Amino acid sequence: MAHGPAHGLSRWLYTTNHKDIGSMYLWFSFAMFFLGGIFALIIRAELFEPGLQIVEPNFFNQMTTMHGLVMVFGAVMPAFVGLANWMVPMMIGAPDMALPRMNNLSFWILPFAFALLASTLFMQGGAPNFGWTFYAPLSTTYAPPSVTFFIFAVHIMGASSIMGAINIIATILNMRAPGMTLMKMPLFVWTWLITAYLLIAVMPVLAGVVTMMLMDIHFGTSFFNAAGGGDPVLFQHIFWFFGHPEVYIMILPAFGVVSAIIPTFARKPLFGYSSMVYATASIAILSFMVWAHHMFTVGMPFIGEWVFMIATMAIAVPTGVKVFNWVTTMYKGSMTFETPMLFSIAFVILFTIGGFSGLMLAIAPADFQYHDTYFVVAHFHYVLVPGAIFSITAAVYYWLPKWCGRMYDETLGKTHFWLAFIGLNLTFFPMHFSGLAGMPRRIPDYNPLFANWNMMSSIGSFLFGAAQVLFLYIVIRAIVSGRKATDRVWEGSHGLEWTVPSPAPYHTFTTPPKVD
Amino acid sequence: MLGKSKRLLVLPLYAFLVALLPAVSWATEWPLNMTEGVTSVSREIHGLHMQIFWWCVVIGVVVFGVMFYTMFVHRKSRGAKPAHFHENVTLELIWTIIPVIILVIMAVPATKTLVHIYDTDDADLDILITGYQWKWKYEYLDSQGENVSFFSLLTTPTSQITNAEPKSEHYLLEVDEPMYIPIGKKVRFLVTAADVIHSWWVPALGVKRDAIPGYIHEAWTKVEVPGVYRGQCTELCGKDHGFMPVVVHAVEQAEYDAWLEGKREKARAIAEAVKQTLTFQQLYEQGEAVYNKNCASCHLADGKGVAGVFPAIAGSKIATGPVADHINRVVKGGVGMPPFGEQLSPVDVAAVVTFQRNAFGNNMGDQIQPIDVVNFKQGQ
Ligand code: HEM
Ligand SMILES: [Cu+2]
Repeated sequence: MAHGPAHGLSRWLYTTNHKDIGSMYLWFSFAMFFLGGIFALIIRAELFEPGLQIVEPNFFNQMTTMHGLVMVFGAVMPAFVGLANWMVPMMIGAPDMALPRMNNLSFWILPFAFALLASTLFMQGGAPNFGWTFYAPLSTTYAPPSVTFFIFAVHIMGASSIMGAINIIATILNMRAPGMTLMKMPLFVWTWLITAYLLIAVMPVLAGVVTMMLMDIHFGTSFFNAAGGGDPVLFQHIFWFFGHPEVYIMILPAFGVVSAIIPTFARKPLFGYSSMVYATASIAILSFMVWAHHMFTVGMPFIGEWVFMIATMAIAVPTGVKVFNWVTTMYKGSMTFETPMLFSIAFVILFTIGGFSGLMLAIAPADFQYHDTYFVVAHFHYVLVPGAIFSITAAVYYWLPKWCGRMYDETLGKTHFWLAFIGLNLTFFPMHFSGLAGMPRRIPDYNPLFANWNMMSSIGSFLFGAAQVLFLYIVIRAIVSGRKATDRVWEGSHGLEWTVPSPAPYHTFTTPPKVD
Repeated sequence: MLGKSKRLLVLPLYAFLVALLPAVSWATEWPLNMTEGVTSVSREIHGLHMQIFWWCVVIGVVVFGVMFYTMFVHRKSRGAKPAHFHENVTLELIWTIIPVIILVIMAVPATKTLVHIYDTDDADLDILITGYQWKWKYEYLDSQGENVSFFSLLTTPTSQITNAEPKSEHYLLEVDEPMYIPIGKKVRFLVTAADVIHSWWVPALGVKRDAIPGYIHEAWTKVEVPGVYRGQCTELCGKDHGFMPVVVHAVEQAEYDAWLEGKREKARAIAEAVKQTLTFQQLYEQGEAVYNKNCASCHLADGKGVAGVFPAIAGSKIATGPVADHINRVVKGGVGMPPFGEQLSPVDVAAVVTFQRNAFGNNMGDQIQPIDVVNFKQGQ
């Protein structure tokens, strides 16, 4: 008899099953998405009109900081690890992840990290208030006492990410079914393989920089303290050496998701598979050489400024290749527009808009005007919300029938899409304008000149938030009472994950499938 | 079925339009673009910005054009049959090479502007800009040694910020002491900070420089048109990051000279005032004003502070302890509090210390004279 899952709480606490762990990652991420969303709505409520209405400036700073940290480390990253857990073994014909116990550990330390981080909100002096980029010395000499807990939480998150990455690499390199050569792997597997290497390369750098902060705060060192011979700019170099690859960690798996969905609903194979692989690899390599484009105004010497400008502009080329490939995949296909496809098409369009503003920001002299304004906020939200978040949403709609054996309601799904699409553009498009007009980021109050765009953004954000509540309802409804799904689920689906029954049995591919 | 789903799809559209309504009816200003500014640098930047923007528009029109065409034509409901191609080396080469060419075309003028921005030589005038939590200090460096220096603080009253009064035109963009510069002259800014990192930005000048403790970075401007130019701190620097604006008055040389001479005279007058003895009443009243302007943003107007962050003045160990310690804390700062020894004149320090020791129920009954502060500073 095949082993089924254990019962009760111990199933979840002790599980080493990649599907269980994948689900836990996804639910955890969903919860963090709502928590980070609440922080965002507090920010947008305060910015609805000029003047201080709802929160104190210091609390406002805590909200922007916690929003960024929770969304990046709590919502986006764990969601992609959850998708990898569910899909990578099924896509390569493996029975499970290579290191199942470590898998359990890497998930279960996350809730502790975020409980710790969230608890700082109730501490004396409040939560971290120095931005998700936590520039020293604001985050060291001038930080609230809770910074120590923040550092510890970041250490735990980093450990979790590194373990997850090791596991994914070990799985992909060792557990592929016979015949599943590297260049036959689905693009989602490829993008995750590359992402995992990025994680292993840069999470230790993040751990290093927070450890240096810890030393400065508690053990009398002066890494980042100018008065002690240290260097605040050094902090930024180390942070962005982690930080720029980090933004690609949040988008490469998204490329993989979209590269799975568009061919399915265009009923046509992905265009330029191998160039997609090479483009992903070149983006990953280039991502290590552009970090100082976040620091164009710190006063680097001319030549440094110039090199980082050129390298950053170069990244647009492989990024463009990807977009062209997706469009050409759709070209002369036979398209239908189910919810996953809608989210994927919106991904391509809106991510490209984010890429355009990225290209503008890459022009160093122009960045003197853009830097640290709402224009940058618009840029990174266009690449992260319709980028990372939309791809995760698309993935959930696309694979949910395989996970739980039931379909979601298509009409509700499309409604969710349109609400989210409108809400998001209403929120973030005006930020281009307020930024260009001169509104700095991370301020709780502003001149009435920016009032109209801010009001529009705030209204949009609440619409977007409401759309996500609908999403939760749709998912629960599908799990509880959705129509039974077929094994193939989608007419145009290809790949090993669609050859197993829906819902996928607790153990799949205990004997490896044949891939030709 | 279709009818129902259509109706559901229209709903969000309505929501969108309704959401726009309040904004539209109150519409007075919808600023859309970057300012062209009033310097050669700001104009070059604006030119680059527009150039790269139009490239993006062109690429966008092509890419999205193909996309919308294919979404419309190649749909299953119109009977489209899928093709099977999945590679085309020529096509892939073309769409790699064309972007490279566009980027090279962009990189050339961008490099030129960058060279221009970095050319800080041969300045007519040097101004040292220091960022503090949460104000700017401007120091005009003078070869004769008679430097002029002053702090520039937000003047927007709290009542406007808390919505008790209507907001003025330059809400949050107004200061007590603006920076003055002569037009047509190359002014070099030496930018640094005393506590955390700040960033000095005036959009119309096209100048943004991070102010970093331990570094003095250079930037420059040459304003062509007289006027008042406003900006803000753009690097998160703590609680009042949103409340430390920059205001620059660009004026004719003669007006600038007169302003500078006025500043020098004021400095001489203060040097005189330090030698005077003030009455308790004078000290207390001036101290109250100094307190409300410089201290109340953290210790609050009622002297109660913020638990765990900013200590109360009422009953404070320092404000009710030895006078020397009290002066020391105000002059040199400490434990997260900025030093005020430079920003406040000895008269102001004497006044505010006297005030704190006798307000909020701290009935110390003593008074401090400007000369005490001068002696304290000299003793250091
Ligand atoms: C064509 C590709 C891209 C280019 C050329 C580009 C360029 C830039 C530049 C120059 C900045 C710094 C702006 C400033 O602070 O003044 C920036 C900021 C940022 N970008 Fe991108 N970017 C690109 C794609 C992406 C992607 C794919 C992501 C993530 C999914 C991303 C996420 C971010 C984030 C999070 C920030 C701001 C971080 C912060 O300051 O808080 N970007 N980008
Ligand atoms: Cu970057």
